[in-house]
Formats: sequence, C-alpha cells, structure tokens
Amino acid sequence: MDKSYYNPRDLKKFGSITEWSEELGNKFFEYYGKVFEEGALTPREKSLIALAVAHTEQCPYCIDAYSQDGLQRGITKEEMMEAIHVGAAIKSGATLVHGVQMMNKVNKLEM
Amino acid sequence: MATKSLQKRESELASTQRQVEILSNGIFQSGELPTFANKIKETNQFPLKPKKVEILQINVGYMCNQVCSHCHVDAGPDRKEIMTRETMQQCLDVIEKTGAHTLDLTGGAPEMNPHFRWFVEEASKIGVKDFIVRSNLTIIRANKKYYDLPEFFKKHNVHVVSSMPHWTRGKTDKQRGDGVFDKSIKALQELNAVGYGMPDSDLRLDLVYNPSGAFLPGDQAAMEKDFKKALLEDFNIQFHNLFAITNLPISRFLDYLIASENYEDYMYSLVEAFNPGAVANVMCTNTISVSWDGWLYDCDFNQMLDLKVASKVKHISEYNEELLNNRNIIISQHCYGCTAGAGSSCQGTVA
Repeated sequence: MDKSYYNPRDLKKFGSITEWSEELGNKFFEYYGKVFEEGALTPREKSLIALAVAHTEQCPYCIDAYSQDGLQRGITKEEMMEAIHVGAAIKSGATLVHGVQMMNKVNKLEM
Repeated sequence: MATKSLQKRESELASTQRQVEILSNGIFQSGELPTFANKIKETNQFPLKPKKVEILQINVGYMCNQVCSHCHVDAGPDRKEIMTRETMQQCLDVIEKTGAHTLDLTGGAPEMNPHFRWFVEEASKIGVKDFIVRSNLTIIRANKKYYDLPEFFKKHNVHVVSSMPHWTRGKTDKQRGDGVFDKSIKALQELNAVGYGMPDSDLRLDLVYNPSGAFLPGDQAAMEKDFKKALLEDFNIQFHNLFAITNLPISRFLDYLIASENYEDYMYSLVEAFNPGAVANVMCTNTISVSWDGWLYDCDFNQMLDLKVASKVKHISEYNEELLNNRNIIISQHCYGCTAGAGSSCQGTVA
C-alpha cells in the first residue's frame, strides 16, 4: 500500500474506472463532457463553478484539474480566489444557518 | 525576473547540445514516456516529411529589448548575433525565386537589426503575398527612432504579429518584464490609429498568446473572444486574430520548467495531449527557417537547438527548394509541443 492515500499521478488514471464497469463509466464520462460544453453558461463560468465546488468538496484531484483548467482559459488568480470565497461563504453560511435550529431548540427547552 | 540571457549568465542550458541531451534522457530514455519518433511511428507518420515550402521564416538576429522568461530564442539586449546585409541579400535572392507565399521576419526584435528597414523595403518590392514582421510591441515605444514603425509597416503593407500573453497587466509583466503591458497597450493603440487591426482593414494585426507558465494554451477561439472583449472594453483596442502557441520545452522555458520542478509533469501533459491530426500540419512541413548567419532549419525551434536541416543544402547561399523537399525533418521530444491538443505553430493551432 502507498504511504499516502493520494497520488497526483492517479488523476491521469481517472479514465481507467471504466475498466471495471464499462457501461456506467462511459455514461459518466459522456455526461461529464456534456456538462462542461458551452450552454447557457460559458465553459469559463463552468470552470470557475467547478473550482469552487472542488474546494468545498476538498477534492485534491479536482483542485489540481480545475486550477490548471482555469489557467488554460486565461482565468486570473483574482477570479479563482473570488470563486473559492463564494464556495467558502456557502460552506460557512450552511454551518451558521443551522444556528437557527440551535436557537429554536434552546428557546424551546429553556424556561 | 532575469535581465540577462542564459548565454550571458553562462547557464548550462545555453548549450544547445545540453538541451538536446536533457530532452533525450530521463523519462524518455527510461521508456516512461515514448520518444516523439516512436509516438509518430504508431500512426505511421515517421519519418516526418516536408510538403511544399509555403513560409520562409527569417530570423534577423537574437538581439531584443526584452528578456521574456519563456523565450525559446534566449534573446535579449546582450545577444549580439545580427544578420548582415550580405546574408539579407542572399535571402532576397531566395525570396525572388521561391514559391513560398509567406515571408515571416522574426528575432529577437527584428527592428533592432540596423539593416531591418532596408531589408523590408527590398523584400516588399519583390511582392510576397503575406509579409509578416513579428514585433514585440514595446520596441515601438523603446526609443524615438522606432516611433514611426507603425507608419513604416503600413507603407510596406506589413502584416504585424505581436505577442500578448494576457489582457491583464500582472500576467503580462510577469512573463515579459515590468512595464511591458503598458507599453504594449500604447503600441497597439498606435497601430490601431494608423489602421492596423481594425475590423475592415487590410492592415493585418494579429496577436500571439503564450501561456505564462507550465500549462497548455486553452481553446484558441475562446481565448480570442476573451482577449477581444477585454482589450476593447478596457483600452479600445482592436485586432484581427489570436494565435495560441504552446511553449516548447527548450531554452529559457526549459530552464524555467526544470528550476520550478515542472519539467516532467509538463512533458506528461504534452505527450498525453498528443494529437496525430496535428502532426500532418506541423509548421516544419511547410516552413524553412533561416538563422541570422544563413543556416537552414526545419523550424525556429530546431534553429535554437542548432539542429540544421538534414539535407545536402544547409545554407541560404546554396538554397535549392527541390533538394530541401526531399529531406526528412529532424525531430526530438520538443516536437510534442507542436502536436499537443489542437496543435501549435507560428500561425496558431493547426488541427
């Protein structure tokens, strides 16, 4: 077993997941490719969304892939960091908004 | 960023032989990655053969007013290799008899050659269909004696092709040096003012985009759209086409890749993005590159690695298109740079 759970070279092997389940793997990659095509959103906008989600999911493979994808599309460092803050804001907001549940519970229980 | 060439710094990589060794050893020698020759054998494209010569690319010297961190020429103010008038005359003799439709002057900063204007005047009299000068833009603002270059280019119907790595100051200056962005913007505005780059103008102004780091260029059409929008909105600048060019792992870019520990990953990216469709149209199949001292090469990159054409004819003084067309093109692992993704050439993507 490797010394680390993550190996950067594994990202390049992503396609090999089809080997153990060809139909589902191919359907996934077909879907994935379609999602990132130009639609109502540009591929550039989609790349920034992917980068933000990569961070909220804390997926090192995705962060690697979409940092590089952003650079290739000419996306600036400032744009990338702003996108990550959007992800971070939603993450922290999602934590904090549950504070209302806590307040509800405390208010119900306290005399 | 460095202000001297690798040659001036006496860097190990100033040696072309050392660069070729690096490209042949390591991951390619161990078989971890296939050599370019083996890769194109898989698709029956070996040996790589030229087609008709369409572009004569002449490098009039390695002197430049900039020291860009990715420069494959290792150009800079300290480089003294400059084409003489005698060699230029030999080039003119060839331009007169060649079937090539495009003449492409490059450098360094070609305008810094003291015989540049004479050469352009003489070459334009011959009347090639497309006469390109690769201008780094800042030269136009570098000294009073260059201020009239936009008018000079216009007078001789020169097609101007200029480098611009990004539409923001930060990314541009990081690759090309402090202050380059502002001067480039000013130069582009001056070119626009005499008619270059305007939508219906015959005065062609194209920009070259090179990634500012160890990554491949994105989609050329999408980048062009972004460049056009940003330059028009922010600076009221217009241009015709954007050429997305992949950085090849030679000279100063190779030095950067090794120093930043990106070399192996970058080579992996190039090999993984290999596109057999691009091989058929790589620029070495329709270009002859001439060095400042008249030697002939398959492309500007082979020139910088000093890999001369594999032909009886090796010098402009003995130029013979028929003999040259029978040669095999010299290849090494840097060639992966021209076959990645949509391909790459001095005219942008090829596939």
